[in-house]
Amino acid sequence: MQRESMDYDVVVVGAGPAGLSAAIKLRQLAIEKEIGIAVCVLEKGSEVGAHIVSGAVFDTRALDELIRDWKEKGAPLNTPVTREEMHFYTSAKGSIKIPNRFVPAPMHNLGNYIVSLANVCRWLGAQAEALGVDIFTGFAAAEILYHEDGSIKGVATGDRGRNVDGSEKTGFEPGMELHAKYTLFAEGCRGHLGKQLIEKFGLDADSDPQHYGLGLKELWDIDPDKHEPGLVVHGAGWPLSEGDGSGGVFLYHADDNQVAVGLIVDLNYTNPNLSPYDEFQRIKHHPRIAKYLQGGRRVSYGARAITKGGLNSLPKMSMPGALLIGCDAGTLNVAKIKGTHTAMKSGMIAAETIVSAFESGDEGGSELVAYIENFKDSWAFQELRASRNFGAALHKWGVWMGGAWNFIEHNILAARLPITLRDRKSDHEQMAPASNSKPISYPKPDGKLSFDKLSSVFLSNTNHQQDQPCHLTLKDDAVPIATNLALYDAPEQRYCPAGVYEIVEQQGQPQLQINAQNCVHCKTCDIKDPTQNIVWLVPEGSGGPNYPNM
Amino acid sequence: MKVLVPIKRVVDFNIKVRVKADQSGIDLANLKMSMNPFCEIAVEEAVRLKEAGVAEEVIAVSIGESVCQEQLRAALALGADRAILVETNEQAQPLSIAKVLKAVVKKEAPELVILGKQAIDGDNNQTGQMLAALTGMPQGTFASKLKIADGKAHVTREVDGGLQAVALNLPAIVTTDLRLNEPRYASLPNIMKAKKKPMEVLTPAELGVQLKATVKVLKVELPAERTAGIIVESAAELVDKLKNEAKVI
Ligand SMILES: Cc1cc2nc3c(=O)[nH]c(=O)nc-3n(C[C@H](O)[C@H](O)[C@H](O)COP(=O)(O)OP(=O)(O)OC[C@H]3O[C@@H](n4cnc5c(N)ncnc54)[C@H](O)[C@@H]3O)c2cc1C
Ligand code: SF4
Repeated sequence: MQRESMDYDVVVVGAGPAGLSAAIKLRQLAIEKEIGIAVCVLEKGSEVGAHIVSGAVFDTRALDELIRDWKEKGAPLNTPVTREEMHFYTSAKGSIKIPNRFVPAPMHNLGNYIVSLANVCRWLGAQAEALGVDIFTGFAAAEILYHEDGSIKGVATGDRGRNVDGSEKTGFEPGMELHAKYTLFAEGCRGHLGKQLIEKFGLDADSDPQHYGLGLKELWDIDPDKHEPGLVVHGAGWPLSEGDGSGGVFLYHADDNQVAVGLIVDLNYTNPNLSPYDEFQRIKHHPRIAKYLQGGRRVSYGARAITKGGLNSLPKMSMPGALLIGCDAGTLNVAKIKGTHTAMKSGMIAAETIVSAFESGDEGGSELVAYIENFKDSWAFQELRASRNFGAALHKWGVWMGGAWNFIEHNILAARLPITLRDRKSDHEQMAPASNSKPISYPKPDGKLSFDKLSSVFLSNTNHQQDQPCHLTLKDDAVPIATNLALYDAPEQRYCPAGVYEIVEQQGQPQLQINAQNCVHCKTCDIKDPTQNIVWLVPEGSGGPNYPNM
Repeated sequence: MKVLVPIKRVVDFNIKVRVKADQSGIDLANLKMSMNPFCEIAVEEAVRLKEAGVAEEVIAVSIGESVCQEQLRAALALGADRAILVETNEQAQPLSIAKVLKAVVKKEAPELVILGKQAIDGDNNQTGQMLAALTGMPQGTFASKLKIADGKAHVTREVDGGLQAVALNLPAIVTTDLRLNEPRYASLPNIMKAKKKPMEVLTPAELGVQLKATVKVLKVELPAERTAGIIVESAAELVDKLKNEAKVI
């Protein structure tokens, strides 16, 4: 079937910080240099921000460069960081406060702001539109289009209005082709098109495998007496350490008596019994966290994977006709566990590179190798380089703990910590058989501080158009039972933070049931499935969570 | 024929809303807003009339803050020809809305007004009926079928226990029920075209209407949580419980 098409100079896939910053920079330069550059952004969420989950402590460096007068323009940066605490949880009740002088410099946050990244993106979206960018929300890029010479021609949006079996419903609307001189892939962590590009062009040939974490987050309205706007609390240790996992807890006091509380679980964990969701629920009972949440009301829940391999895992970011930007490539600074400012910067550099190519008569479709050079010359790259050993070294200790491991190692462990500086095993290869792994028993949620999965997913306002083809596809239908259940006790039941995967009995036989309508698009299954049998595809546009100020 | 379609901006149907801490209303901060689903059905029906050659022009109108332009653009992307925003920052109640719409009807003289039967936020189900009363136009509410023939609007109404067929002289008012149609998706080219379609911005004062709140909200609260049920062993136990515990018989 012939699809309709539209032409742009640049098509951006994904309205996160990377994609929006690229779009803004492109239009700013186009206006400044008086050249016509038509830009559009495709966003699979129902609106900009609907699929954004972040902490977030926001480093303004990239924003200062992009929109100098962001304050006057009403950017939603309302809460400067005022105080920081870092804890090491030794048990369900115990903890050690790490003295500030042992907290490594990249982890100091004074000068940063506590924000809702979803709201920052909504604001960036409005700035982009004011500069003439067309933002199409509710449209997912489903397919990469190629020219005959193999260069990238653009993307096609997904069809809307198909039945489970693929047939067309009444009101069926076929996808559209968007053709561009350059396409920027800014899908964030584990973009499903980015993944295809990395494979097709062998972009990771010279880098370590990518590493990931799963971030789970809740927003709470808390008792105003306990609220200290600007307070940043980080922690690590218990409970993840019990199940041989690692990760980090965050609790940020934002504005309006709200706190963001979350847990990032490193996805290289080995024990298939580990459940990131349940770890998150129980950490909220630790006195250091519970003291703020008690008497409060949970407002929202969400989850999203983060790309945290850092420089060692950064793939080549250019290919003919396209660039990978932001977390789609993996520009997050592991030492800071901040990816927003570097994602934005990578998008801005992409825009600058494209505009100078246009200025020198480039007509698209080329491989912009200059992008990599330009990126290497930037502060963003310097940051990644400075922290390149961080992630690998801290896989044992997880995020936040940075150089604090030094303190822990010497004061708590008496220097028993082995460090590996490279990490060449993919996260999905790490899973050990259930028979060799210790069982973990999680406490029942109390309905006050901790909750069951379904009532959490309820708060993410997740929905997908019913009866559409399942967007969580299996390469081989037999693997979930024959391998995943047999060997690993079906870990997808536990790592999926939305309860999408369930083993049910059918005629006395176990079967994998996929509740795709609950999927919050975190991408963990695509990352952690031990045999890489689960492949995440975009569902119909607008489907997925409808996050508020996450 | 000219068709007027009033639409309302409401919290998206996917959102689980929560009551404000002081119980003065629903907390809408940071939530996704959309066109009321019943209004979407109204737009779809009007556009289908246009596609069938029955209507010449479809005008979408909304009353509210300037952000309602988003929903009007959505209506234009679905196929409406032009839009009118009656801009006000005041919370307008059904009677005020109906009065504003009456003024718009007077200005535009449509032969058909299609509204949603109710908005999913207030669930009032009043505006269409009030507009009919104020304008003296005949009304066909809860429509599950609409046909224009012999200068009349033939409406099939969903009523308790069945369907009722009515024929209305034009100009007429129709309010939509769920089964009237299934709205289409807006395509990218139509979203682009919608950006260029005309949007007129008026104020209630310019239309000679003063908004007045006639209903005061005292308190908003969540429905009481249902406690888990029990299974009784026998009819005797049921009767006993109804009598002595529930005290309903
Ligand atoms: C729990 C958590 C806490 C964090 N804390 C911090 C912090 O404190 N500070 C900080 O700086 N960073 C933090 N980060 C990291 C930060 O959020 C990311 O680095 C940043 O969001 C990356 O930006 P991006 O634009 O590359 O991707 P994203 O923000 O992921 O945006 C990608 C966008 O593209 C859309 N999209 C994806 N695929 C498609 C498609 N095929 N078609 C159309 N649209 C698509 C998505 O819906 C999304 O809107 C945190 C992350 C998490 C998960
Ligand atoms: S199905 Fe996969 S992408 Fe969706 S919520 Fe579960 S783990 Fe995340």
